[in-house]
Amino acid sequence: MFNNFKILYHQGKQFIPDVTTVEVPGIFRGRPIISTESVDVKKLQSVCPTKAIGENPVSIDMGKCTFCGACSIAFPTKIKFTKDYKTASNERENLIVYEGVETPIKFDPNKTRKEIHSLFKNSLKLRQISAAGDNSCEWELNAAGNVNFDMGRFGVEFVASPRHADGIVITGPISENMAEPLKICYDATPSPKVIILAGTDAISGGIFNESPALNRNFLNNYKIDLYLPGNPTHPLTIINGILGLIGKK
Amino acid sequence: MEFLTIQNNQRVDISSIPVLQYEDFSSFIIDLINDNDNHCVNYYGYQDNNQIKLICCIANDTQHVIYVTSSIVDKNSELNSISKKHLSFEKFEREIHENFGINFIGHPWLKPVRYAFNRADKTKTIANYPFYTIESEELHQVGVGPIHAGVIEPGHFRFICNGEQILHLEIQLGYQHRGIEELFLQKKELIQRATLAENIAGDTVVGHSVAFANAWESLCDYTPSEALQFDRALALEHERIAIHTGDLSAICADIAYQLGNSVLGRLRTPVINYFQQWCGNRLAKSLIRPFKTNFPYNEYLSEKWFEVFDAFLPDFNEICEQIFDLPSALSRLEKTGVVKTEVAAEIGMVGVAARASNFNRDIRFSHPFGYYKNESFNSIMGKNGDVYSRSKIRMDEANQSISFIKEMLKKIPNHEIQEGEIINEPKPNSFVVSLVEGWRGEICHCAITDEKGELKHYKIKDPSFHNWLALALSVRNEGISDFPVCNKSFNLSYCGHDL
Repeated sequence: MFNNFKILYHQGKQFIPDVTTVEVPGIFRGRPIISTESVDVKKLQSVCPTKAIGENPVSIDMGKCTFCGACSIAFPTKIKFTKDYKTASNERENLIVYEGVETPIKFDPNKTRKEIHSLFKNSLKLRQISAAGDNSCEWELNAAGNVNFDMGRFGVEFVASPRHADGIVITGPISENMAEPLKICYDATPSPKVIILAGTDAISGGIFNESPALNRNFLNNYKIDLYLPGNPTHPLTIINGILGLIGKK
Repeated sequence: MEFLTIQNNQRVDISSIPVLQYEDFSSFIIDLINDNDNHCVNYYGYQDNNQIKLICCIANDTQHVIYVTSSIVDKNSELNSISKKHLSFEKFEREIHENFGINFIGHPWLKPVRYAFNRADKTKTIANYPFYTIESEELHQVGVGPIHAGVIEPGHFRFICNGEQILHLEIQLGYQHRGIEELFLQKKELIQRATLAENIAGDTVVGHSVAFANAWESLCDYTPSEALQFDRALALEHERIAIHTGDLSAICADIAYQLGNSVLGRLRTPVINYFQQWCGNRLAKSLIRPFKTNFPYNEYLSEKWFEVFDAFLPDFNEICEQIFDLPSALSRLEKTGVVKTEVAAEIGMVGVAARASNFNRDIRFSHPFGYYKNESFNSIMGKNGDVYSRSKIRMDEANQSISFIKEMLKKIPNHEIQEGEIINEPKPNSFVVSLVEGWRGEICHCAITDEKGELKHYKIKDPSFHNWLALALSVRNEGISDFPVCNKSFNLSYCGHDL
């Protein structure tokens, strides 16, 4: 038992005191900014693996972006990735960043359903569904709850049963083989319930978007409450996105 | 000649691979596998002019070579099963059966593998999987999944239990199938294929993307520079440290040792954050690219690495020593979920789980590539094949990888030298096998090009392909409450299997 105390003492303080303002160490590719410089747009688009770059005006769709940085390496004065990890939004179109626009990603609380704020502000229990996710977003969702990021401090946790959940978090591009289990799990969650998409694969299909093995019909039938971009989405993006959704910041 | 002898990452002309009659092909393979030094690293089929070409790659671990042979058969043909003699072929034959409808006579049970979108028989669906059943009033079945209680990938586990005791476990996979092998052909840009490779299994980003980069460069007759080879080996070993640490944390969670779970969980954070310092992604996505690196290694990164591990090592070894000295932890780990060496050999186990069963399968040692060619590498072996061995070996391998990287960092090759001229044009009519020892075990990618040098077929094999059966066998006669810790001690990939 004394050994355990000793180990405990050796850990010091590991939690991040303020997960809304902390800076990410090292390189981090968060919200991109696009300068108004004119470049060969076709060439710029050709370096992107997931066709996330649009033209007139030049834009990057963070719902498709894998954040690999290839565009900013090929065109360093045109595209820069900032360390801003608050890239989540409750509306799909807000994930698109246009040239010359350097404002933070828009998150309009009025567009969130009223009951989400009133019911889930202090406690949100989520059921995660990996629908052909590659286990990277699943990792980061788990990491969001570890002792460093400690999402539990806001009353946000993952639960084992959809019956105990207030919503679902989908990762992965949604394979045909997971389409039915996903629907069953969603139906088993009591209303009102939220739907969160975590990661590029879930939001747009990512690199898998033209695969014949997918079935993304589920997404056409329900309103998505929160989009968490990234490949995988970073724990700080997850936590800040969810805080935005439940109206805690 | 019955076979072609090649080495890891050696491009050969597809026509130089002998084509045998199936009966000769199968008896030749059976003879080869009778030798314990040989094991099959890949056996698969692909459509070639309305027929099916079967390719079999047998690695010889002492000679450090791979024997390749092939056969051409008709769709829906009836062939004598190799599994009848060597059970390690059962999954390969099931896959060929599922994809092309070929019937293997004498195979124990040709069950679906992953319900691929392009399977031969579309009337078979994932909701109607043919589970093994036993009729008895005293037994009951427990079904778990596809969606599990934790934040993990989907798969279905069907237990047949006698009270609390597991008699039989069957693992049904396929939920994660994304058609990734087909996408390798569909997506033509190199950056797209590199991105696909790092998304095969998000927990083995480095392993699979190195396998792809090596395969692609071999197809183009390109030898990566010393600097690139250095970066790849460093990244592979670093990934091993990160995941082994996380696995030990998860094993602690499943034996309800909260302190171990928290400490090892937080210790993993600086290790994966180091990948972020290096390439901007905690899981090393975007780090490995064919022909080049966007994030060349440097002295500053080396200093940072020492900073991270000077802090990591004392805490890591302190908590590990505590776990392996704690009677309440040991009682859950020791003699739980045993896979004996003979069983490991029979079913063709690979990687860290095989080594924990005292069965040596380690590509770094047996078929080294790049940086590993110059290093003498001794695999760490476990003894008993139980959860304890699979846990302890993770601590030892993490320490070994740390020492390995420390040695590497004594001499960082010059990253400023310009890479040789890059001609991104795979040679036509070529075949290559790329083997990499990922943290989980042997990763095998096989690529074939057509007469124009376009990718014609791409085959991926994750180590989980073999090891899922090992998990199912390890839990027999265990209490069902020990299943989670057995499962974590293997930590197999669903998406790597389902592709």
